[in-house]
Amino acid sequence: MNDVVIHCQGISKRYRLEQRQQYTTLRDSLTHAVRAPFRRLRKAFGPGAADGSQNPEFLWALKDLSCEIRQGEVLGIIGRNGAGKSTLLKILSRITEPTEGRAEIRGRTGALLEVGTGFHPELTGRENIYLNGAILGMAKREIERRFDAIVEFSECGRFLDMPVKHYSSGMYMRLAFAVAAHLETEILFVDEVLAVGDAAFQKKCLGKISDAAHQGRTVLFISHNLLAVESLCSRAMCLHEGKIVLEGQPRQVTSRYLQNWIPASSEVIYKDMASAPGNEMIRLRRACVRPLNGSAGDQITVRTPFVVEFEYWKLVAHATLELGVNVYDEHGTLLFSTWWPTDQPVPAGLLRSWFVVPGDLLNTGTHRIHLGLHVAEPAEPISLEDLLVFDVLDADDLRGMYHGVWPGAVRPNLQWTTEQIEAPTGLATTGDRTFP
Amino acid sequence: MATSPAAPKTAELGSGIRQDDSIPLTIIQARGAKWDIRWRELWQYRELIYFLTWRDIKVRYKQTALGVAWAVIQPLFIALTLSLFLGKLAKVPSGGMPYPVLAYSGMVLWQLFSHALTESSNSLVGNERLITKVYFPRLVIPLSAVLGGLVDFVIAFIVLIPFLAFYRIAPTVRVLALPLFALLAALVALGAGIWLAALNVKYRDVRYTVGFLVQLWFLATPVAYPASVVPQRWQAWYGLNPMVGVVEGFRWALLGVGRAPGHLLVGTIIVIVVVLGSGLYYFRRMEASFADVI
Repeated sequence: MNDVVIHCQGISKRYRLEQRQQYTTLRDSLTHAVRAPFRRLRKAFGPGAADGSQNPEFLWALKDLSCEIRQGEVLGIIGRNGAGKSTLLKILSRITEPTEGRAEIRGRTGALLEVGTGFHPELTGRENIYLNGAILGMAKREIERRFDAIVEFSECGRFLDMPVKHYSSGMYMRLAFAVAAHLETEILFVDEVLAVGDAAFQKKCLGKISDAAHQGRTVLFISHNLLAVESLCSRAMCLHEGKIVLEGQPRQVTSRYLQNWIPASSEVIYKDMASAPGNEMIRLRRACVRPLNGSAGDQITVRTPFVVEFEYWKLVAHATLELGVNVYDEHGTLLFSTWWPTDQPVPAGLLRSWFVVPGDLLNTGTHRIHLGLHVAEPAEPISLEDLLVFDVLDADDLRGMYHGVWPGAVRPNLQWTTEQIEAPTGLATTGDRTFP
Repeated sequence: MATSPAAPKTAELGSGIRQDDSIPLTIIQARGAKWDIRWRELWQYRELIYFLTWRDIKVRYKQTALGVAWAVIQPLFIALTLSLFLGKLAKVPSGGMPYPVLAYSGMVLWQLFSHALTESSNSLVGNERLITKVYFPRLVIPLSAVLGGLVDFVIAFIVLIPFLAFYRIAPTVRVLALPLFALLAALVALGAGIWLAALNVKYRDVRYTVGFLVQLWFLATPVAYPASVVPQRWQAWYGLNPMVGVVEGFRWALLGVGRAPGHLLVGTIIVIVVVLGSGLYYFRRMEASFADVI
């Protein structure tokens, strides 16, 4: 039986490169208008206005993508940032139009690209349930019917008549997800909604998605959390530069994704300043991960303290600087985040910044480092995903008698202490109660 | 192109999607600039229009001490100020009615227009998150912004009744035409508002332009003075401003003064149709790129 519910044929999406940050102000517009009044008008109202075809600076977020999704499938979509995952979901949920190609969708769709879209801080929880439900496409009757279930799921019943601006962020997320979770369309598009909230809440969210799958609904699920994709999805797809590069069993796709699409790079060097990542205020020259007493490429084990260092040209004086680093494990879990803000302006020139990660912290496996650079407040921060990728190897001396996989996101070597609180009655106590 | 009725055609397309009329089929593809307002879809989203209007009204008066009274205070105080400086001191003619009545009745309608125009112009940019995260016909947003203005209008209008009683002006059957003029004012605002809202997505200049435009428009509309002060030879040009016919007609229906809005109203409606029609066309054309550009 043929039960394809989504059929994509040659979908492409082209963005103009500066489109997203184009933000014309009065002054820009006036100076431009003075310089080239007719060109500007033609651009605004002419035939090329909608697609920006007069500007050669294009980026193809999706290129000739075709796929079929069957009813009841839970398809996980993975890939680096900018691979086109979100664009695909935005096209399928009709937020934006494809530049080329065609898709057919059979059934009512619901898009959860963000938790709490349209929540208004001044409105109460009750009011926001109705508003958010309507925004997600639920009819008023539907919301009324599910209202009690939503409230129960959110665990916010007592605060229902309080403006959500007074909610804790956890309560806010729970309420927002509760509404989304009760969106009962045949097809659901979910984007990384699970990346928020505490572990218990994430579990609840994942459970809701697998419920949807058990009810025979079709789910498209974008995530950086490879573990979630492996456990939830019946099929996975990996996008790279707007194309499908891997497709099949989730476990196979995720492991091949890690091997092939994130090659280990414990050091990156940009020789040419002009093409190095950055902007006119800052350019990255080198980034590396190395053992504290070694150089890039040397082995890092779970015991080794290691250095993460960055060299960069700071091209402007009198500007504040902020560096931030996120470290992810191979499942895409953010292990920790560290940043270095400066209140005082940092001198211009070639600078080096580094920090040391102590030994006995990370577990084995491939780790990825994202770097954020931010110079001077009004400028856009520069975000470099998967800038460094390195493996942490096992150290034999820590394992004791155990030879299996060491569970856990981190692997601290903690000192255990055991002491006797009370001796069994009738037995004499020894002098020393603590065991080494 | 919404549904292909025959099964064999599907096979030709090779899409493999099962044909079943009980389940909606959505087709997604690049849409050219087409003269298609998709009224039916807009109707399907009427509850969202309701909720967004309701949100705007609720939020507007949350945490304000005076609440909805603001809907009355603003036009009333402007009307009183106009009465003092223009009516009493500058001796601006009032067209055969007490000046405060002229000013307040004009302000009530003007407030509806200026509020609806300002809110709808900024509505898309103000709802950026909705536009980039959820699909719905984007017209829902400026529409609900205009509807939010109508509620304030009704409240300010209720205060107009004791105001008229104080000046011993009795209503006639013409008041039945009042909703028509309120609707026309809302349509002028909607027409200009959707133009500005769509332009605002790309050119943030609009934000600065709107306040300025509303002030100019105020002076070019007979709110603080009667339309009769404009010389006869300018009346044709003056009538190109659709708000002239609307405000005059509103006063005619409410107070029974001034000319019956005959041919003036025809011109007004033509201008409204042109502005609204071209606005809808431009809006629909740009709609597809809103989420990418905003």
